[in-house]
Amino acid sequence: MWARTEEILPYALLLPSLVFLALLILIPMVQALLLAIQADSGEFTTAYLQRMAVDVNFNDAWRNTLLLIVLIVPLQIVLALAMALLVNSRFKGHQWFLYVYAIPLAISDLAAGILWLAVFTERGYLNTAAQGLGIVDQAKVYLSFENFGGLVAAIVIAESWRATAIVMVILVAGLQLIPRDFFEAADLFGANRLRRTLYVVLPLLRPSLQSALIIRTIFAFQTFAVVLALAGRNMPVIAAEAYSWYANNRDAHLAASYALLLLGLTIVFTFVYLRVLGLREAEVKR
Amino acid sequence: MRRSSMRALAAATFAIFITACATTGTSGGGAVASPTGNDTGKDFAFQSTQFSPVPEQEAMRQQILKNWKGVGVEFITDQEAVIINNITAEAKAGGTGRIGIIGLENGQFSSIVAGNYLQDLSKVTDRNKDKKINADMLTLGKFGGSQQLYIPWMQQTYFLVANKQALQYLPSGADVNALTYDQLIAWAKNIFDKTGQKRFGWPVGTNGLIHRLLQGYWYPSYTGGLVTTFKSPEAVTMWNKIKELWQYSNPQSTTYAFMQEPLQSGEVWVAMDHGARLINVLKAKPDDFIAVPAPAGPKGRYYMSVVIGLGIPKTTPNQGGAEKLIDYLLQPDTQITTFRTNSFFPVIDAQMPADLDKGLKLEADAVAKQSSAKDGKVVPLPVGLGSQGGPFNTAILNTFQRIVVKGEDPSTVLNEQAKIINDLLNTAQAKCWGPDGTSTSTCQVK
Repeated sequence: MWARTEEILPYALLLPSLVFLALLILIPMVQALLLAIQADSGEFTTAYLQRMAVDVNFNDAWRNTLLLIVLIVPLQIVLALAMALLVNSRFKGHQWFLYVYAIPLAISDLAAGILWLAVFTERGYLNTAAQGLGIVDQAKVYLSFENFGGLVAAIVIAESWRATAIVMVILVAGLQLIPRDFFEAADLFGANRLRRTLYVVLPLLRPSLQSALIIRTIFAFQTFAVVLALAGRNMPVIAAEAYSWYANNRDAHLAASYALLLLGLTIVFTFVYLRVLGLREAEVKR
Repeated sequence: MRRSSMRALAAATFAIFITACATTGTSGGGAVASPTGNDTGKDFAFQSTQFSPVPEQEAMRQQILKNWKGVGVEFITDQEAVIINNITAEAKAGGTGRIGIIGLENGQFSSIVAGNYLQDLSKVTDRNKDKKINADMLTLGKFGGSQQLYIPWMQQTYFLVANKQALQYLPSGADVNALTYDQLIAWAKNIFDKTGQKRFGWPVGTNGLIHRLLQGYWYPSYTGGLVTTFKSPEAVTMWNKIKELWQYSNPQSTTYAFMQEPLQSGEVWVAMDHGARLINVLKAKPDDFIAVPAPAGPKGRYYMSVVIGLGIPKTTPNQGGAEKLIDYLLQPDTQITTFRTNSFFPVIDAQMPADLDKGLKLEADAVAKQSSAKDGKVVPLPVGLGSQGGPFNTAILNTFQRIVVKGEDPSTVLNEQAKIINDLLNTAQAKCWGPDGTSTSTCQVK
């Protein structure tokens, strides 16, 4: 009898959160999925997906989304790793650094976009500073529709500023999980800082890197407020198209189709990360 | 001086909306008005797409609603999609909801009307007869049927604002109060030639209203229509003119939503936009800017009138209370406070005060000149599109995006977009409206 209670207990404890997840996430998710493939009459159809594929912005949207991910995610991982290692080296005042790095976490993405718009716009901080210092005579237009590179650069900078901290937090947590013994062993063998980082820290950080990559990539797929603020209609991305089809065109089916596309891409990326960075069986057994 | 601007203001409030909307449908008689409801004493929410800037919301709560003696009213602004969702959700849930009353633009009502979620307010109209609510706007609120689905609340229009620095570059012979689009283009070109700067601006950003400028200004002024003339030779001429002006327009236009911001920062010197999106620069720097009527094209000086209406959902928790709120918002004092604080024009026969803010006077004068211009012609927001209103705007927007921003061939784009527009007009079964005149069958691109 006692044993049975013990068997049931974990499930009983999980039940409330399962119910919560089912009601607020799973069911709406299935409903959204159905919206993309089911007509109002109830029959299943690919008509919405086909309409999405011929939509004016479709090709630009997926290309831009992938472009931003390819540019932003690696940059952020490298930056976040550097920041995490710096914070973890526990120099004097390292906590202060941690707080400063974490400030953008508290800012909504639209606010971050508007903030960077104030920097990059023609009469913005960047031009004012550059003119004040005598670097340029006339204000430069960075966010022009004719200057795709400028738009992308501005978005990459703004996104890196905004969302690197979340990656850093995960990596700092990962670093702190690495037992001290490993470092002592490395010291005994005479490893310098670089070798210690390359051969001890990075391999042991792989699980954290993996979760950081997955979380960051999922968020990068959802990027849209920063893009909207800085590039307006000039840079369609998948999430913005989903929003626009729902909010402006009142077409839930097409919005859901774009959401389904996001889901598909996210699953593919997550799968790749799990395969490439995942712990292999031999390593687990060791 | 004071008297003349008062007169101008009086003219403005009546004339923004002339009779062009008479084409919108039968104002069928024999309406069966629903009985006015009782005040249940329950507090309710007032959801609106208007007054999204925080200071305007505060003005609504602190000043416009100051003398309201009824139950607690919680004023909430939100996006159109959110409000439509809320109304739909409350209607589907049954019983009474939380939203007592909504305040939307004429066009934003369409999917709520299509869903049959609104009360008939004919009785409320009747008891407010003495206030002389603009009759054409009341007709619009019937959506071609017999029930009064919304009651006009306030109105706005679009006009042109220019930095006084730009006036020295006006082409010779141009009267800034009666510009043509050709002169506007020459003006922007002149500024570029003399200063090397692109200082005309368009609201092409994510929340910009460029589609309204095309629907109510450029298209009718050049082609005399919108839908029927969508791909006419005149339309091709118009698009080439727009492309010409685009060369001298600030390339950041694709990030602009409210033109008052780039005007105030100096990135843009000349721009057209919705009055509520220009008023801040006029109020902040009334001595540095002028406000003038929209330019004229070959077919006239067309301009668009925006009507904001009040509707009561069938799920209202307090019908009597909401109806009393409509009475209150239509009182002359409330209407004038609304104009003073949030710069939306009255919809009733209201006596305007003389001590108006400088910026408001600039706005009122421009609007008065626009509506009293000899070649002035008013068009309403698209009518009868129902749930296709959004896709229609997107189709117009994409046309702009493809021809002007991406530089595709106008005729090709117009042919392709015309198909999309015809499809959605067929879905909506919308008759022709405003600049296209009337039709017995569905309006189509010719």
